[in-house]
Amino acid sequence: MKRIGIDVGGTNTDAALLDGDRVIAAVKTFTTADVTSGVRTALKEVIEKAGDEARDVVAVMIGTTHFTNAVVERRNLGRAAALRVSLPASASLVPFCDWPKDLAAKVNGGVYLVEGGHEYDGRPLVPMDEKAVAEAARKMVKDGIEAVAVSATFSPLTTECEDRAAEILKAEAPDIHVTKSSTLGRIGLLERENVALMNASLIGLARDTTKAFVDAVAESGLGAQLFITQNDGTVVKAEAAREYPVFSFASGPTNSMRGAALLAGLENAMVCDVGGTTADIGCLVNGFPREANNVVEVGGVRTLFRMPDLLSIAVGGGTKIGRDPVTVGPESVGYRLSERALVFGGDQITATDIAVAAGLISLGDPSKVADLPADFVQAALGKMHENIAEGVDRMKTDATEVPLLAVGGGAMLIPEKVPGISEVIHVEHSGVANAVGAAMAQISGETDRIYRDMDRDEAIAHARSAAIAAAVEAGAEESSIKVIDVEDLPLSYLPGRAIRTRVRVVGEAAALKEEEPA
Amino acid sequence: MNTLAQRTPSQTHRVLSAEDIEALAVGAWILGTGGGGDPYQKLLNMRLLYEAGREVTLVDPLTLDDDAVVAVLSNMGAPLVGQERLSDPEFALKPLRMMEEYLGRKFDAVMALEIGGGNGVHPMMVGALTGYPVVDADTMGRAYPEAQMTSVAVAGLRCYPLTMADIRDNEVIIPRAASWRWMERISRKACTEIGSVAATCKAPRSGAEVKQHGVLYSVSKAIALGSNVLKARAAHTDPIEAVLSATEGKRLFAGKIVDIERRATEGFLRGKARIEGLDDFAGKEMVVHFQNEFSVAYLDGEPVVMTPDLICLLDTVSGDGIGTDVLRFGQRVSVLALPAPGVFLSEKGIAAVGPRAFGFDLDFTSVFKEPN
Repeated sequence: MKRIGIDVGGTNTDAALLDGDRVIAAVKTFTTADVTSGVRTALKEVIEKAGDEARDVVAVMIGTTHFTNAVVERRNLGRAAALRVSLPASASLVPFCDWPKDLAAKVNGGVYLVEGGHEYDGRPLVPMDEKAVAEAARKMVKDGIEAVAVSATFSPLTTECEDRAAEILKAEAPDIHVTKSSTLGRIGLLERENVALMNASLIGLARDTTKAFVDAVAESGLGAQLFITQNDGTVVKAEAAREYPVFSFASGPTNSMRGAALLAGLENAMVCDVGGTTADIGCLVNGFPREANNVVEVGGVRTLFRMPDLLSIAVGGGTKIGRDPVTVGPESVGYRLSERALVFGGDQITATDIAVAAGLISLGDPSKVADLPADFVQAALGKMHENIAEGVDRMKTDATEVPLLAVGGGAMLIPEKVPGISEVIHVEHSGVANAVGAAMAQISGETDRIYRDMDRDEAIAHARSAAIAAAVEAGAEESSIKVIDVEDLPLSYLPGRAIRTRVRVVGEAAALKEEEPA
Repeated sequence: MNTLAQRTPSQTHRVLSAEDIEALAVGAWILGTGGGGDPYQKLLNMRLLYEAGREVTLVDPLTLDDDAVVAVLSNMGAPLVGQERLSDPEFALKPLRMMEEYLGRKFDAVMALEIGGGNGVHPMMVGALTGYPVVDADTMGRAYPEAQMTSVAVAGLRCYPLTMADIRDNEVIIPRAASWRWMERISRKACTEIGSVAATCKAPRSGAEVKQHGVLYSVSKAIALGSNVLKARAAHTDPIEAVLSATEGKRLFAGKIVDIERRATEGFLRGKARIEGLDDFAGKEMVVHFQNEFSVAYLDGEPVVMTPDLICLLDTVSGDGIGTDVLRFGQRVSVLALPAPGVFLSEKGIAAVGPRAFGFDLDFTSVFKEPN
């Protein structure tokens, strides 16, 4: 069964064609400003490289760090309004109150607090002020806002207020995109609202990006299905991904770590993935990234949803290097590496230039960095080594020495000796580990429903069957399906002992082969 | 006590810095033993109050006049509810104003009912808002779910009056209750009715009562504990070790949560978490039971630690406390025991907060009884 994995990073767009676990062909290309042409080029090149072997590719799986980079670098973000249904409660901690000020200034498209929301036991807190919601919607239209995040007290238990508010918004402002917090996060109003606000601020970018992917795959002539990879190493169909860009936030590093595990044949190790913009450091446990325990910060904002436990530091191939004094990042030239870096004829010293000057890699025109003083090159390299070693140390959970898998286009920036690391392993195709990880992503199935008059074990068993059915429906091979997440919440005082149960499963995409032969 | 009482305010009153408040939030969450609510929202409120130029003065309890009147403040209810109905300083102040009106006099200072969790930070919001000094003491030395589980209840002090405020326009005053247990039952029912979260002002305490029966210097202890963890994090050393070294605690277990069972009854969150051992504890299993806070932990079926010893579940990597309401499948946790304040180790103390008070048919044995 053949699949193509594509990873669209801030700097590089990589593609890998896999047959099962075997990498048939892999290519590395530059990410382009319009994204589409980069993906098209990567697809074309990998198909050419694979030759006859590319004929029966059944699926293309695309992972992208676009959305995370947008938040981290505060670029391409739309303004999003916050509509919170919670008054008279929660008035002192308003939406955006725990955001970094610069990011809030870019995203905040108005804050609206209205009366309503629910209690823990399913009763309304106070009736929702529908007039206030309609007024808010009209004000948003006047302000030219394109997206709104709606949150309501206890919406993970009762979506009533968010659903009704969304209806009113649709009626009053049909062009404004609505993100409901209950579709994204769990209990924890501020953190769930933060995720919804980020999602809303990314909707424009997500639409453009997804369309670009769809077009590129359609033009490739493969006739393959398109999937987008998610934070947990699974894939969903493109339409689902377009509505929920936050679920793709950490898919790049997840893919990279999963790909590294496959390529190295090692399931337990530290992984450092040096891309164009950041180095992402994580810990592989049994082939999957260790999951973050609880709240995860994205671009300085607290969020609460399932993410791998990662540390991102500002070291990448495109990282800007300062000369006097010697500084590393945090800015990056991103996808403009091919025009901005010295070795490509640009005027900005980047980490790539340092790597070329130090003889770690040969790229572009080395004569352009020949006059960089050796002590400056060593100082900049030393600083990057220090930052990476510190990051690896922070992510280690104990003193035992473990191997470190060096992956990504900037893997040459990883030092050969790192404290607490038994050996630094560079694997074949490590430059495209993320694309390999995307290609091997599994199909997921999820269910989230309320059961009544059932004990917990019975409710979970029912939810498990429903999730498995959903995964099979999406094309997963039934015998390979595993449960990856079970969560249940008791809902007290509702009639008939209610329990809300959420189950997520994953399976191999084997069924795709029969379904859609190329 | 007398010599202390004669110290000048510059020696007995300390203005807390913004850094102290940050450390307090970390330390209080660890001492919360899973309950008392996540301090994060209250910390956010404190940051906003400090940014607005407000501050908190911490006062040495031993310098209180015997006839000083101290407000005992807390937020009551299920922690889960607090995650959705966000904390609000004005809301925290409401029952204090109700009590002042009821008593016909102003308070001299405020203090925490419990130092554990968000409730350790709760009176700080009121102190910052009103300028009332906050006493360096509480009545639990951690968090417990019920009113009779305080040092002042164990000492047999008066349990009334109590004021309670709702976020709507509901106010409750309980002028009298037959016992601490009755006070707990009545106030819990009222709290559940108004949505399982309420701001309360418990029976006011005299300066003499605080000095004699309070758990003294618990605020300083939480600040020191939190500051230790923050330093360990900054230096990339083990935060779990930092907790142990600041508290004479014991590391009991480390592993990964593989199952959580919860049920909500009468405003409490009850249940258990199953932890599969990792590293040194591989092949073993710990089951930790909770009623708002962690109450008893079993290792391979044998009870190994129980209340009143403090059972703390901490994030193995960050050293952060973990609330019983946010325990999640896959979390890497360390289980620690910290020694209980002496008052709870007495016969009356054990009766109030020992394992039987939480429905476990076990005789209390402390993990700190045997030498290390």
